[in-house]
Amino acid sequence: MAITKLKNMKKTTKSNLITFGIVVAFYLVIQLCTGMGMMTSSFAGQLVPICAYIILAVSLNLTVGILGELSLGHAGFMSVGAFSGTLVWMTTSATLPSWLALALSFVVGGVVAGLFGLLIGIPVLRLSGDYLAIVTLAFGEIIKNFMNACYLGYDANGLHFSLKDSASLHLAADGQVLINGAMGITGVKKASTFTVGIILILITLVVILNLIHSRAGRAITSIRDNEIAAQSIGINITRYKLMAFIVSAVFAGVAGVLYSLNFSTLVAKKFDYNTSILILVFVVLGGIGNIRGSIIAAAILTVLPELLRSMNDYRMLIYAIVLIVVMIFSQSPQLVAWRKKTLAKFKKNGSVKPPKGVA
Amino acid sequence: MALLEVSNLGIAFGGLQAVAQLDLSIEKGHLYGLIGPNGAGKTTVFNMLTGVYTPTEGNIVLDGVDITGKSPEFISKSGVARTFQNIRLFNDMTVLDNVKVGLHNQIKYSMWTGIFRLPAYREKEHEMNRQALKLLKIFDLDAEANLKASQLPYGKQRKLEIARALATNPKLLLLDEPAAGMNPNETEELMQTVRDVRDQFGIAILLIEHDMNFVMGICEEISVLDYGRIIAHGDGMAIRNNPKVIAAYLGGD
Amino acid sequence: MSEVFDAMQFLSYLINGISLGSVYALIALGYTMVYGIAKMLNFAHGDVIMIGSYVVFFAFGSFGLNPIVSVLLSMVVCTLLGVTVERVAYRPLREAPSLAVLITAIGVSYLLQQTAQLMWSSNPKSFTSVVGLRAVSLFDGQLMISGETIVTILSCILIMLALTWFVNHTSAGHAMLAVSEDRGAAQLMGVNVNATISLTFAIGSALAAIAGALLCSSYPTLQPTTGAMPGIKAFVAAVFGGIGSIPGAFVGGILLGIIENLSKAYISTQLSDAIVFLMLIVVLLVKPTGLLGKKVNVKV
Repeated sequence: MAITKLKNMKKTTKSNLITFGIVVAFYLVIQLCTGMGMMTSSFAGQLVPICAYIILAVSLNLTVGILGELSLGHAGFMSVGAFSGTLVWMTTSATLPSWLALALSFVVGGVVAGLFGLLIGIPVLRLSGDYLAIVTLAFGEIIKNFMNACYLGYDANGLHFSLKDSASLHLAADGQVLINGAMGITGVKKASTFTVGIILILITLVVILNLIHSRAGRAITSIRDNEIAAQSIGINITRYKLMAFIVSAVFAGVAGVLYSLNFSTLVAKKFDYNTSILILVFVVLGGIGNIRGSIIAAAILTVLPELLRSMNDYRMLIYAIVLIVVMIFSQSPQLVAWRKKTLAKFKKNGSVKPPKGVA
Repeated sequence: MALLEVSNLGIAFGGLQAVAQLDLSIEKGHLYGLIGPNGAGKTTVFNMLTGVYTPTEGNIVLDGVDITGKSPEFISKSGVARTFQNIRLFNDMTVLDNVKVGLHNQIKYSMWTGIFRLPAYREKEHEMNRQALKLLKIFDLDAEANLKASQLPYGKQRKLEIARALATNPKLLLLDEPAAGMNPNETEELMQTVRDVRDQFGIAILLIEHDMNFVMGICEEISVLDYGRIIAHGDGMAIRNNPKVIAAYLGGD
Repeated sequence: MSEVFDAMQFLSYLINGISLGSVYALIALGYTMVYGIAKMLNFAHGDVIMIGSYVVFFAFGSFGLNPIVSVLLSMVVCTLLGVTVERVAYRPLREAPSLAVLITAIGVSYLLQQTAQLMWSSNPKSFTSVVGLRAVSLFDGQLMISGETIVTILSCILIMLALTWFVNHTSAGHAMLAVSEDRGAAQLMGVNVNATISLTFAIGSALAAIAGALLCSSYPTLQPTTGAMPGIKAFVAAVFGGIGSIPGAFVGGILLGIIENLSKAYISTQLSDAIVFLMLIVVLLVKPTGLLGKKVNVKV
């Protein structure tokens, strides 16, 4: 019974279920290994970052793969999410129940990143292609520079802010520095766990996959495929570009909180251009537009360098070559035509399947 | 008043006057042809009618609403749909989704309904699938619903573009060289389909076409454009015998 | 920051800004020509500068070659590098979506940086200035202008004039203009598009070598990431001036250099980059085609 039901299901639904299944299976295997004491400490330390990178890759894929615009500032959204979420965690964890404080941190991190997505998105999305890419890069750099120069503290008189140094905060004797410029936030009580990470991945997947396979998602995809045609059938281009951009930013922010609450210190320079590119590498290797691919690529490429420590010096070099080679082989019109021709030779005359489950 | 009233429409690119003093009047339910030699400005007229270009002079009124210089999105919502000379499909989306995205402004539900799969989601998606398949059936594309648009052969891609345009529930449909690249059999079949669409949907159709048999065979009214100006107007017979038209096509003076 | 406004100091910041801007302008030329002709953002352009600087560093600093010979050698190496990169990585993707080309260019940028790091380590090298000219003292020593500054500004102006002449008065230059207007039409008219694009990369990369030598003479720390930030800023300058326009690259570069230096001096060292990037966003919003650029209509 169950099998026939699965067969009649829509192709996309089936594919989505497989994606969720992979994440849950990953969780169970890791829990099993931990229970049996098979986990090395270095690998255990990678679990939360893996989850964060998976969320980052999936959310970036919404912009790159589904909307079809290149964003080079994903780390910027991660950064604002991380800082705001961590501040919330620092200030509420003592008073609120910790699950609530943690949930609040993720929500605030996501919302703040989303607001930045809106802020940068409104002007920027009037541009497209290379211009959009360079502006998102600029945004990421602005955030990094700003957070590096940002000093925040509080005392009985309230919050104090400066862009110069911690002395300029003029805090009272009982005052406390929250963000100390390039030194960032220190003394963070770690709160991210693998379980929390997996829950966040599942939430991300539900939201993003459901969005893609809905009215709004079709509108976003149509803009990617042909902006002029999308306009001609009455799609509000700005609205849907912005929607994709903001949703993508929100989850980058959530991932930023997850990532930062895994360490006791948080510094802005972690979220630089290289981080944005690293996430892009995950997306490209997993397949642009392929959400499941992003998950697998993010997980493997985060673990692999740990396993092959001797290769560590060559890691970025290999990534660079892989980026170039993957792009040329998957996108060069001549090579694509050649591939199709070769494939067609092996394939018999494929019969066209009638539509299922759509009537 | 006619469905579409275009008066004194003109556009200049830099110093080049591409279209000038164009008047068109299309009645509801009419099949109207716009012909002319290459480079006469036919597609430019389409681009002005659909808001891709902003006219530098003149007015476009659709069903009493002034749509001159409005955004393509607004014009689509007002009831003008089009196809493109060089096919513009959503290539990586399925045939079915191409039509469903055309239904975007006909059947609506919010982003949240989609994300949280609220009850309205199932209901509206079901309705979209039903309507989209109905449209695909008209163009004999229902068997290919789950293929990617790019996997369709050329002739079927042209048909899919018309189906997608119809999904927006237009009052006026603009077809830019619908028979281009089709063999005589396919063209014959397409003529019948275009007639059927007009009868079934009761909409006006304005089409650009180079295939004279096609235009003469189905259009009740024809305007001839040359160097951005209308040089002749009338039914097929009148156009065929108009010396100005013959001169324009033969390149004489 | 002194409370009293010091005119001489301001002048000195301004001149240094023009000098830095001249380097940006030279780099921006490479971006703007490639963008105008090949319609792609060559992200790796900044890293070609870095490679060029290493060549000068070893030729002049380590082997003691004549400074001019060192720079010429660097120009040859960069030209070969630029043309090879175009041939191997970009040409197969010429008809591909711009997203694919951009990602490839980012890959090339990383490849060059990582290769440099493996070959020469990430430790900064102290670059010896290739400029032999002494500093000039003006207003009784109140204003000092370094030899590097003078040479940088003069070379930039000379190159700019030479390039403008080349584009407008030689057949290769005309071919470049034709390809940038309409690649298809140019091809039909018998212009060798591939050769023209290769030539564009060659010129851009040769200029990058000069820019690298001048940049490192003024700011003598050389490491594998040296080219990245000036590269991005030069792209900002190109956009600022209007992408595709040679005078635009000049104006954009100089303005950007001045803005950066003045904000470093009067606002905040840490925030100067943020200010530069903010400028980019503002320019793109107010005038997306840049100061001297022209609007391009999409064909439907």
